[in-house]
Amino acid sequence: MTAATVRDHARSATLPRRAFVAQIMGLPISVHVRGPEAASGVVVGWVEDLYDALRADEAMFSTWRPDSPVSRIKDGRDQLRDAHPRIREVAALCEIAGQRTGGSFSAWLPGPDGRVRFDPTGLVKGWAVEQAFGRLIERLGGLGPHDALVNAGGDIAVHSSRTDTPDWTIAIEDPRDRSRVLRSIALRTGAVATSGTAARGHHITDPVTGRASDGLASATIIGPGLTWADVYATAAFVKGAKALAWIATLVDHAGVLVARDGTVSTIRGTRSGRGHTPVGTTSNLRSSPEGSL
Amino acid sequence: MKKIVVAVMSTISGLLLLFSYHTSTNSQAATGTTGGTGTGTDPQASGSTTPNAGSGSSGTYTGDAVATRWGTVQVQIVVQNGKIVSSDAVAYPSDNPRDQQINAYAIPKLNAEVVAAQSGTIDAVSGATVTSDGYITSLQSAIDQAHL
Repeated sequence: MTAATVRDHARSATLPRRAFVAQIMGLPISVHVRGPEAASGVVVGWVEDLYDALRADEAMFSTWRPDSPVSRIKDGRDQLRDAHPRIREVAALCEIAGQRTGGSFSAWLPGPDGRVRFDPTGLVKGWAVEQAFGRLIERLGGLGPHDALVNAGGDIAVHSSRTDTPDWTIAIEDPRDRSRVLRSIALRTGAVATSGTAARGHHITDPVTGRASDGLASATIIGPGLTWADVYATAAFVKGAKALAWIATLVDHAGVLVARDGTVSTIRGTRSGRGHTPVGTTSNLRSSPEGSL
Repeated sequence: MKKIVVAVMSTISGLLLLFSYHTSTNSQAATGTTGGTGTGTDPQASGSTTPNAGSGSSGTYTGDAVATRWGTVQVQIVVQNGKIVSSDAVAYPSDNPRDQQINAYAIPKLNAEVVAAQSGTIDAVSGATVTSDGYITSLQSAIDQAHL
């Protein structure tokens, strides 16, 4: 590389960029890297390491594989207190998630027989992806400034250490017409997670009531990290209309809720270390005309 | 026109029941819409030939700051043609000193403009979980293909 011209956006168009995709945990996991070494063999190897880390977590946490360590805990063959430290770490995070969401997220749900089962699936994906992505970011840093993105089945984390690249543009799909997008988010570093039933059609159960949540078409949370964005998106979906006020109180997170009738609500949480946020600053969050929703 | 306003306000009440919203018209601050010509209760809107103006009122309304169990929240809604098309809730930071200790983090800008799904500017799509089976027909797949 020659001497870089900072914020030379025109040059960024010629920066190498490479995309990867693998199917793990039943999900397509896309990784994009942009920067001078994006297409190099060493980066290819590191992305493969990211996928290997996720495959290892899948083997440990899968509830689809009857003999995975978590499946053995879930059906009572093994005890959580004897589990691998990674599983106990996830269990501890699930406890915190229950507290932070007022019970709208829980890894302990009763099965058909009424017995409570440990199932951390709702937290594991975001946590595993955030960890593996963090390792990739760390390694990329050793090659000089690089940007990266990961999209695990619709839940996204991005990181930017370059100053000459455009923001990552994350689109939120329309849950009523998945070929369309409702909003786009300009993000340099952070995470976006969406919870809804559009893709799989199955229900998300409210741990408090035990009933399927049907208040919203989708709930999207934007925040600094994927683990909590993912947990909060699930909780917001479960809370339904009540999520509006709840998201507004989350520190450093924002939300986009899509109601069953297509009404879009954008909610900005509390900013840490900042003063009063006047309502007037949200004018850029105004909805698009009804016809294009 | 009064009927329309009542209809709009009742919808607002329903939406914001949670906040014990006061349906006082004095608390509204109408600022106009992106495409409409009228303010919140402008009777001109109903007969306007402006493309975006229909048979209902349009405007941006800001509610009172209301205490909720999670803190103080203020809500702004955008009404177009008598229908609420978006609502923004903004929290007032508490005086909790713990909030001040967390590192500053800029909430990303949300663009109101709808980006065409075919747009080459999108890097990733967030949505309800895409399965491996659904990937091949997904927009993310098309984006990835462009950079593989």
